Amino acid sequence: MSARRAFPKTYLLMSVLRFHILTLMDSNQPDLDLVFFAMADGTRRAVLQKLGEGPASVSDLSEPFDMALPPFMKHIKMLEKAKLITTRKVGRVRTCELNPDTYADLENWLHEQRRQWDSRYQKLDALLTQMKGASE
Amino acid sequence: MKPDLQNSFVADMQKSQITVRREFDAPKDMVWECYTKSDLLDRWFAPEPFTAQTKSMDFRPGGHWLFAMVSPDGDKHWSRFDYETIDPKDGFTAQDAFSDEDGNINRDMPVSTWEVTFDDRSSRTLVQIVTTYDSPEAVDQVVQMGMEEGIKATLAQLERLLKTMS
Repeated sequence: MSARRAFPKTYLLMSVLRFHILTLMDSNQPDLDLVFFAMADGTRRAVLQKLGEGPASVSDLSEPFDMALPPFMKHIKMLEKAKLITTRKVGRVRTCELNPDTYADLENWLHEQRRQWDSRYQKLDALLTQMKGASE
Repeated sequence: MKPDLQNSFVADMQKSQITVRREFDAPKDMVWECYTKSDLLDRWFAPEPFTAQTKSMDFRPGGHWLFAMVSPDGDKHWSRFDYETIDPKDGFTAQDAFSDEDGNINRDMPVSTWEVTFDDRSSRTLVQIVTTYDSPEAVDQVVQMGMEEGIKATLAQLERLLKTMS
């Protein structure tokens, strides 16, 4: 869904915070110490912010940092271990993406908006049928 | 709803915008009335399990519609629509805000702008509603509010269930 792309940074950070709280409530919680440890580092936070604009390859993500690839990969692995991102490798390119669970509440809200419109419009269909019957 | 009627819901979070397009098997005059007359709006505008209840309606540019969404246990959630432009039978624009029962707008809550257009499709009518929020932060605020409402509704349901069990 396009809603996953190009989130503004404030939105992303709020989502990540909420993700922490939700994981606390979840019985199947990832290690929270790991999440906080992952978030404590400036490079990793910058990577998360960049991923707020959409999925990106490891080499694109590493570009702004004056860092060799192996230490940068350690940061990526840390974020993945904390379940803040997911990665997949196609050929020689590894692409990173924010963990979609982070966006669960926005998607739930959109789902509820859609349900509300469906519900309203079913009532409107019935009303129009009744009005048409009365005018005939 | 007839299966061939057009029906779409598209969210563009970059623009903080939701677009709902829906075709109705009725002439445009009739559909227009349903969107602009309060006695008709009261019969469909609230999604299940709510009902809509109008307190006052003044459908003209600068006028407003004050109404409540009434929950099954009688709780009233007040809103007001302030009409900005009206192009009879073709469309209107309005601002949707949360208010109290006297129509005082709650400025702590985000306002959204509605652009509603009506299109003739022979014996049918296509209605498009574009809802736009001021900013992504405003969307985030209503999402959060929706979550709180959802949690409250779940707890209320749980309470009812527990009562039937005891």
